[in-house]
Amino acid sequence: MAIIVFLNAAVQAGTPLLFATLGEIMTEKVGNLNLGVEGLMLMGAVAGFEIGLVTSNAYMALLGAAIAGAFGGLIFAFLTVSLKANQVVTGLSLTILGTGLSGFAGKSLMGKVVPENVGHFFKAFEIPLLKDIPILGQILFNQNIFIYFGYFMAVVLGIYMYKTRWGLNMRMVGENPSAADASGININIYKYVHILAGGALCGLGGAYLSLVYVPAWQENVTAGRGWIAVALVIFSTWNPNKAVLGAYFFGGLDIIGFRLQKFDISISQYIVDMFPYLATIIVLIMISMRKSRENMPPEGLGNPYFREER
Amino acid sequence: MFKKSFVVFMSLLLVLSMLFVGCAKEEAAPEETAPAAEEAAPEEALKVGFVYVGPIGDGGWSYSHNEGRLYLEEQLGVETLYKESVPEGPEVEKVMKDMIDQGAKAIFVTSFGYMDYVVNVAEEFPEVTFMHCSGYKDAPNMNNYFGRIYEARYLSGIVAGLKTETDKIGYVAAYEIPEVIRGINAFTLGVQSVNEDATVAVRWTHTWYDPAKEKEAAKALLDEGVDVIAQHQDTAGPQQAAEERGAFSIGYHTDMKDTAPNAYMTAPIWDWGPYYTEQVEKIMNGEWTNEPYWGGMEDGVVKLAELTENAPEGAQAAVDEALQALKEGTLSVFAGPIYDQEGNMMVEEGTEMSDGDMLSMGWFVKGVEGKIE
Repeated sequence: MAIIVFLNAAVQAGTPLLFATLGEIMTEKVGNLNLGVEGLMLMGAVAGFEIGLVTSNAYMALLGAAIAGAFGGLIFAFLTVSLKANQVVTGLSLTILGTGLSGFAGKSLMGKVVPENVGHFFKAFEIPLLKDIPILGQILFNQNIFIYFGYFMAVVLGIYMYKTRWGLNMRMVGENPSAADASGININIYKYVHILAGGALCGLGGAYLSLVYVPAWQENVTAGRGWIAVALVIFSTWNPNKAVLGAYFFGGLDIIGFRLQKFDISISQYIVDMFPYLATIIVLIMISMRKSRENMPPEGLGNPYFREER
Repeated sequence: MFKKSFVVFMSLLLVLSMLFVGCAKEEAAPEETAPAAEEAAPEEALKVGFVYVGPIGDGGWSYSHNEGRLYLEEQLGVETLYKESVPEGPEVEKVMKDMIDQGAKAIFVTSFGYMDYVVNVAEEFPEVTFMHCSGYKDAPNMNNYFGRIYEARYLSGIVAGLKTETDKIGYVAAYEIPEVIRGINAFTLGVQSVNEDATVAVRWTHTWYDPAKEKEAAKALLDEGVDVIAQHQDTAGPQQAAEERGAFSIGYHTDMKDTAPNAYMTAPIWDWGPYYTEQVEKIMNGEWTNEPYWGGMEDGVVKLAELTENAPEGAQAAVDEALQALKEGTLSVFAGPIYDQEGNMMVEEGTEMSDGDMLSMGWFVKGVEGKIE
């Protein structure tokens, strides 16, 4: 069943995108556009790998990656929330910073491989019962724990954002900070918490690449996936549940060319690489045409909040 | 109160992180290395510059050139300068001029895309010698040099051909350019020299450097039933795929034993050191000419890495035999009869392909499964 094998691989290819996209959704939902996803992912990738190597403990490695990503988020939050710096510029410099830091910290990791027990921790296993669901079982439930964690995060984030009071408050901060402030919500705390948590998720996305996907240190392992995640946020209209579909869809697109070459169907890789952005533009056009409130970007996105100006 | 101390804390954090970044930069990009032993230096000390397209830490192309630089320093005690990750654009002219300002009298420029810029700078600085890797243009003070890595790929093909049980071998390749096509053809001819039935399936990734993507291409091949993976890519991604599936692999650029201990068998590798030393010696003695260089196994500029215990029985003997024949000149990789995928005779029996034809190769030999777009 070549198609099942392919879809199974598509889920794996989409997982780093999923984590980064969820992280960026959290960040953008409180009104901050963080273009530093690529940098945050690389910081997470190097920290996760280094800690995994030193401690031989998968939990520590994941924790380290999340903390590194959150640290990047902290820099971003401090500059854009507390100092009200330009978000685009800050995000871009964070990309450069993260790339540099990971390259520097990774110098000594060259050629190193993830320790065996950490690698074993991330081995694929089947989930009883669920694996017997026809077709879907083998695609979704014969994966490694990191991928299951991805499903879990997407569901939890969806519930958090749409079914809890905190989620409501958080969306309000992103949509209309003045109103949120007036209703007694602490804007800065909300922004800091979500930007840090979003950064942590981006860091985990990077760690998936360095710990699980290619479990040997390779400089610049993300190779531009952070940018695809930024586009994916728009594609999924800031909704974590749609982000799951989008991430796996783009993950599949990324690798479909290799499977098609066998049948002498050659889609130029350049077209394939272009597709995520093309799809994003189409979604943007559709959003602006349908004017559905639900699919709009958060209204306060990109604007620093000055209490004095409200 | 809380707010104030918080701001102070954050500012401290920021300053510290800036400091850290500052240190990082300083360490990450050392452009100049300490002068080496004085006693070996000739009367007129020569400074040699190196321009790399990637980071030394790529473990691949730029790494191999840097190893050559270190060898040169050790052998001749000359002072060297280098610059990593220089884009293949006008920027390289500035980098070269900087090096000349710092006293460089010879510069090795190690990527194809620099070619035209090297020609420009060579014209402007006739007293400086330029050596450009993998290009085809030259000037009175500029040559081009490259290695016949396809000979090493032929040898690695022998190992793969002996190893495969499914008679299907996978090859993850970057771009449809003559250099890569030549490598695939040489590899396939090596495979077929020991295993006539085996075929080589090619997957194009259209990237030199994307570990995850390269691994996916290898996984697609493994899903089709290949049991040996070879690569013309700059990362160990394909090796990882083979390791994970219990298949076997041929690396590239450097020894990848540690990355895939249960899969990796051998790799075609570069060894620039002796060539760099020879060229710099010639410059110092005033004997340098702009003659192009395309060295092979007999010069040692390309090599086959030591076989690991994953390599099949008898591979060492078969490789040694072919290597001997290559060095003696009794074996030539692209000697006829060679057929293309449709079975047309491309190189007639008793003849050999010319260097010019090899450099512009745009077709696959029989036994390759794949298409050149």
